[in-house]
Amino acid sequence: MAHGSRQVGLPTWVFVPAAAGALFVVLPLAAILTRVEWSDFFSLITSDSSVDALQLSLRTSSVSTLLCVVFGVPMAMVLARTSFRGQQLMRSLVLLPLVLPPVVGGIALLYTFGRRGLLGHTFEVLGIEVAFSTTAVVLAQTFVALPFLVVSLEGALRTAGGRYEAVASTLGARPTTVFRRVTLPLVLPGLVSGAVLSFARALGEFGATITFAGSLQGVTRTLPLEIYLQRESDADAAVALSLVLVIVAVVVIGLARGRGEI
Amino acid sequence: MKRWVLGAAVLLLSTAACGSGESSGSEESKTLTVYAAASLSSSFEEIGKQFEADHEGVKVKFSFGGSSDLVAQIQQGAPADVFASADTKNMDKATADDLVEGDPVDFASNTLEIAVPPDNPAGVASLEDLAKPATKVVVCAAEVPCGAATQGVQDASGVTIKPVSEEQSVTDVLNKVTSGEADAGLVYVTDVEAAGDKVKGITFPESSEVVNTYPIGALADSKDKDLAQEFVDLVTGDAGQKVLADAGFAKP
Repeated sequence: MAHGSRQVGLPTWVFVPAAAGALFVVLPLAAILTRVEWSDFFSLITSDSSVDALQLSLRTSSVSTLLCVVFGVPMAMVLARTSFRGQQLMRSLVLLPLVLPPVVGGIALLYTFGRRGLLGHTFEVLGIEVAFSTTAVVLAQTFVALPFLVVSLEGALRTAGGRYEAVASTLGARPTTVFRRVTLPLVLPGLVSGAVLSFARALGEFGATITFAGSLQGVTRTLPLEIYLQRESDADAAVALSLVLVIVAVVVIGLARGRGEI
Repeated sequence: MKRWVLGAAVLLLSTAACGSGESSGSEESKTLTVYAAASLSSSFEEIGKQFEADHEGVKVKFSFGGSSDLVAQIQQGAPADVFASADTKNMDKATADDLVEGDPVDFASNTLEIAVPPDNPAGVASLEDLAKPATKVVVCAAEVPCGAATQGVQDASGVTIKPVSEEQSVTDVLNKVTSGEADAGLVYVTDVEAAGDKVKGITFPESSEVVNTYPIGALADSKDKDLAQEFVDLVTGDAGQKVLADAGFAKP
């Protein structure tokens, strides 16, 4: 009766590695706090270059997340609700940026969208300049963040199952109506958590951006790039900005948790 | 299962604890650790081979990177025997903290050169050409030594470059040029030399306004200061100078 609901006690030894693991994550974050020059903190994070970098990061990450949703939702639906030859392979390929070092992604993007890349000439004819533009930053961020949305939404879709969709369909609802009225509300928490993960990944993007987009204040120099550059000359500013990025990340995760997911 | 997890945890902790305890070896095999600016990598590897050939049982290990990164690591107690910086500013940081044994010696110098893709699509021929709005120019950020030199050249010549990107390092600038993303980049003479036929170098007279001097010194915390000094002597001596000259470095 109460079999499933009673909490099963954990073996005590579990707590030792669990605590060590937690400490391993928390301690470096605490170490940042100890190194912040609090007297200069505000002036360091409100300098022109810092504000530009934070604004650019928030702007590009938002656009990237939007693109992830626009392309990722259909991709997750195709992967979760259909079956076709080569689907397994397709899934692996789509999720590849998850495990690829970002710098490799940057090189791949360079040879695709760069001026001398596969599509570079096409873009030039269309009058779109990708090289060294904010567009390049968004492309880099979308490339690395898209799999996060696909993987979490596909999981949500599979868990939800197709029963309600089948019922709606037999009651005469057209596929688009089924998607809008049944599927979407059902997997909304999964979609939100996927979008939040994508946003967080885009916000932290460094390797692909520096390889592919370059680094110029207000155009392509996002917060992680600014932190990396400040390290060269002003370690205090780098630490202060790192803390800002940590805070933004905590707020984003907190917001998502508040919505009851992740 | 239980034992396996515990074993893994112990392993993890012990590797974390002993990571810094690298010894410089016994009498028979010694390791000399040299921290050197990234632009020195190919020359120093060659000099290192000569050093190993001259000193039986000695292994020369290099850590190449941005000079400011390297000096920060040395300040944090990294186990280095020799430090070669790409500018005097970063060497001064090391001497100010009494990390260098004796006085550092200038052993080479480097000036800027324009690098363009082999087909030179923007037709760059002079420093002024880099100021043209249609030319996509990539430079180093002012925070790193090559960027400071770029700023110095602009100040001295009165030419104002509007770069499309300010990169973190010379390598990043060079990559943007070799991949054809940028029409031109400002890098060191030695970088153009090292890139071979992947880029074309264009010298400009204003480059002599800013000369980067490379100092080298044995470090005070070295476990074998005599050996460290011998490496410094090799670099500053005829054999080392020849290798550096072949790579495009000028005399200090």
